[in-house]
Amino acid sequence: MHELGIMTGVLETVNASAHEAGAERVLSISLSIGVMTEAIEDALRFAFEALSEGSLSEGAALEITMVQPKSRCLECGATYGHDRFSLLCPECGSFATELVAGRGMWIDSIEVDIPDDAPPAGPSSAGPPPDGGKENETRKKPGA
Amino acid sequence: MTQIDLKRPILDKNEKIARGNRELFAHHRVFVLDIMASPGSGKTSTILATIDALRDEFNIAVIEGDIASSVDAERIKAQGIAAVQINTGGACHLESEMIRRAVDVLDLERLDLIIIENVGNLVCPTDFDLGEHAKAMILSVPEGDDKPLKYPGVFQVSEAVILNKVDTMPVFDFDDGAFRAAVKQLNPTAPIFPISATKGTGIDAWAQWLADRIRAI
Repeated sequence: MHELGIMTGVLETVNASAHEAGAERVLSISLSIGVMTEAIEDALRFAFEALSEGSLSEGAALEITMVQPKSRCLECGATYGHDRFSLLCPECGSFATELVAGRGMWIDSIEVDIPDDAPPAGPSSAGPPPDGGKENETRKKPGA
Repeated sequence: MTQIDLKRPILDKNEKIARGNRELFAHHRVFVLDIMASPGSGKTSTILATIDALRDEFNIAVIEGDIASSVDAERIKAQGIAAVQINTGGACHLESEMIRRAVDVLDLERLDLIIIENVGNLVCPTDFDLGEHAKAMILSVPEGDDKPLKYPGVFQVSEAVILNKVDTMPVFDFDDGAFRAAVKQLNPTAPIFPISATKGTGIDAWAQWLADRIRAI
């Protein structure tokens, strides 16, 4: 069920980025999901359909790459892939290992449709305002 | 068609707010523990027993996360301990924004320890940073010794594993050796504390571990 929380995060970022770029709609979204998060691909797709309705992302193709776990042995330095359960080092049998991949969740990229006369991409505040100082600080706060 | 490279963590917003929470807790020198477990594993009873063991030395408050109701917070308040109830309204885990709002009503300057009781669930709370200092989990004996095999994530992110209801071990045919081996496989450094929260067994060792962590900040 945390797929709903994950997809809420995806759509917030994607819809905001598409809007900033002046896009009319989002065509595709590429995600990388570590399998150690126990997020299920089908549940992510279901959550996406439910949550994207009426947004710029409605109808977009969802490309999900499930990232297999990988660890590094802190004793012998071996790097190796493994499943969700057995993390011990296959070379020396050590339990002192560090997960280097498989728990992250990333939005890699999106493809969007931008009409020709759209304003240039990028957030609105490119530089400090001409009068600088105080006004700049108060503007920053809501996003902090 | 235009491609936009984002390369952004999906839980970006949650993590940002969690960082803010962490700074706030550091500023007030209050230790925050996030407890994760299944429904019915004895989270609230374990928290009550922990409070009993530590309340002479530390000022404690509890944040209760549940889908609905305030029965858990009432149990805590009945012991004279500040408690804030968060109702997630269906969400299966707590997020950092909920914690940020909950701590607004607590007197952080006075507190040494905040215990967060996450929503009863062994999967979803695992991936959401709340800004806590440590996550710990409770498994209860009736749930079975095979749970580390079924829910590896929660065992991996927990700094300590509490095994509750150990007094029922003979009834449920719980294989303690198999359980310990499976936990070690997933999280070799996590201590395992066998307790019976309602009978008070084993609480001292767990409370000692927690007290050492609180004093260290």
